[in-house]
Amino acid sequence: MSSLSSLSHRLRPAHSLQLLGAHAILLAYTALALFPIVLVLINSFKTRRAIFKTPYALPNSETWSTIGYETVFKRANFPDYFLNSLIVTVSALILILIAGTMAAWALAEYRFPGNNIMGLYLALGIMIPIRLGTVSILRLVVDIGLVDTLWALILVYTASGLPLAIFVLTNFMKQVPRDLKDAARVDGASEYRIYRMILPLVRPAIGTVMVFNMIPIWNDLWFPLILAPSERNKTVTLGAQTFLGQFISDWNAVLSSLTLSAVPVVILYIIFSRQLIRGLTAGAVK
Amino acid sequence: MNPAMHLRDKRRFPVHILVFLAPAVIIYTMFMTYPLVDSLRLSLYTSDQRGNESFVGLDNYHKLMTDPLWEPRLKGAILNNIEFFAIHMFVQNPIGLLLAALLSSPFIRGRAIYRTLIFTPTVLSVVLIGFIWSIILSPLWGISGDVLTAIGLEEYAKKPWLGLESTALPTLSLISVWQWVGIPMMLFLAALIAIPDELVEAARVDGATAWGVFWRIKFPLILPTVGIVGVLTFVGNFNAFDLIYTTQKVNAGPNFSTDILGTFFYRTFFGQQLQPGNPTMGATIAGVMFLIILAGVLLYMFGWQRRVAQVEL
Repeated sequence: MSSLSSLSHRLRPAHSLQLLGAHAILLAYTALALFPIVLVLINSFKTRRAIFKTPYALPNSETWSTIGYETVFKRANFPDYFLNSLIVTVSALILILIAGTMAAWALAEYRFPGNNIMGLYLALGIMIPIRLGTVSILRLVVDIGLVDTLWALILVYTASGLPLAIFVLTNFMKQVPRDLKDAARVDGASEYRIYRMILPLVRPAIGTVMVFNMIPIWNDLWFPLILAPSERNKTVTLGAQTFLGQFISDWNAVLSSLTLSAVPVVILYIIFSRQLIRGLTAGAVK
Repeated sequence: MNPAMHLRDKRRFPVHILVFLAPAVIIYTMFMTYPLVDSLRLSLYTSDQRGNESFVGLDNYHKLMTDPLWEPRLKGAILNNIEFFAIHMFVQNPIGLLLAALLSSPFIRGRAIYRTLIFTPTVLSVVLIGFIWSIILSPLWGISGDVLTAIGLEEYAKKPWLGLESTALPTLSLISVWQWVGIPMMLFLAALIAIPDELVEAARVDGATAWGVFWRIKFPLILPTVGIVGVLTFVGNFNAFDLIYTTQKVNAGPNFSTDILGTFFYRTFFGQQLQPGNPTMGATIAGVMFLIILAGVLLYMFGWQRRVAQVEL
């Protein structure tokens, strides 16, 4: 029916002026969104002279230079930073997904005393930024001997990612058909087995939780700065921040390190953009 | 609940429920609720040179609000936070709504491409965005000057936007708006495309214009999303440390003109240059932030959400 009504719209004399206006606004905004990023990208491959003389031109054979990238690789351990970010992000995601699906399953499936209160308790963290507890987090991490380790970051990001993950997953798990679970129970399957059985059924929600947590964890500056600031444990975000602070007058190095740090996220975004957007628009995309 | 489960529940203690809940509850309690509660506790203590802590009740809060060393910084940070929030609320969210309204129209070709491209800055880290904009705005490179000249605003071309007390905070707020506009855009878009076609069609048949349809039919229907966007903007405000730390450094210069509660908290807790960190005063600032967030969220829940729910009925 909706295809029919949109057809009738299309047959109507088009409001071409309105359409033109809409495209103009969208194009202008897209240009505004991409202009700074593209400018950094193209200038990162130019000589210092060309960066200042012809900032809007693409690099050509005369202006091409990778001196900035050479400086970055010589003076900063970007490969190590990447590895740290990767370890922290992937480990936190795995922990969020394991602990999150388990807790969500308990809340969605079993009626037990305190179920609602437990759900509310776990949901409180959606609204309260974990950063407010930083003073005590640092003390705790020092007390249990995890200060300046990647583990400190992994556990803090897991704790802060869990509330929204459990909330999303619980709602999703409530929709798993009852027959399926009952049939398995009649066959004598244990509750743990049934939990493993339904995991593939909630894959879309797992995808949503993953992309929602991935980007903020990768991009965070606050906790790496406070909990794991040593050169050995720097994440890309903190590594780029310190490198850029020191080399701010070396334009080639600045532009190259900006490009290097942005590239992995942009690649991830390109791969996951459909999933991310589907998650944000909660399946309402027509 | 199925009958078989009931029987089993009565027969033995449901250990599996505890097993399922344990990992999440332990990690969440240990690294989130315990630190938040402990931090609130610490705000009621003070520590001497040797690190001995003693209970002082609300003295830290009193000091923060009246002491001539603390009070101006607290007041400045709160006022700056309010300005930062207001710019997001009244610039970012209307732009997000406009973009979403355009993108929700089925007549626009290439909607998915626009949507994906406009969202790109949102996935980059605030640190990168901060540096990208500080070099774009740098009078040394002159990009912002070129752009302003091109659109006829020559007299502003040479301004060091991030270096002046009067312009630094609005400029940073707009950079943040530029980065985060994708979030309200997506949330509004989701709400707009969930509106049944029939409602819009009916109004169209009655001769309503697109403008009229939007404000009389669509906008009232997405009011719950307007509330959610508002509360997310409000809470996000208190995480806005990274941008200011990156571009203006720990002192939130020039002359504290970009200092917000996040940077004030970090400086107090961690210390800077010659001044050692003060964890209990840091915890007190976190306590103030907690109270402000709590007030905002409660206001949303009881003021907005309830009223909107009634309108829907």
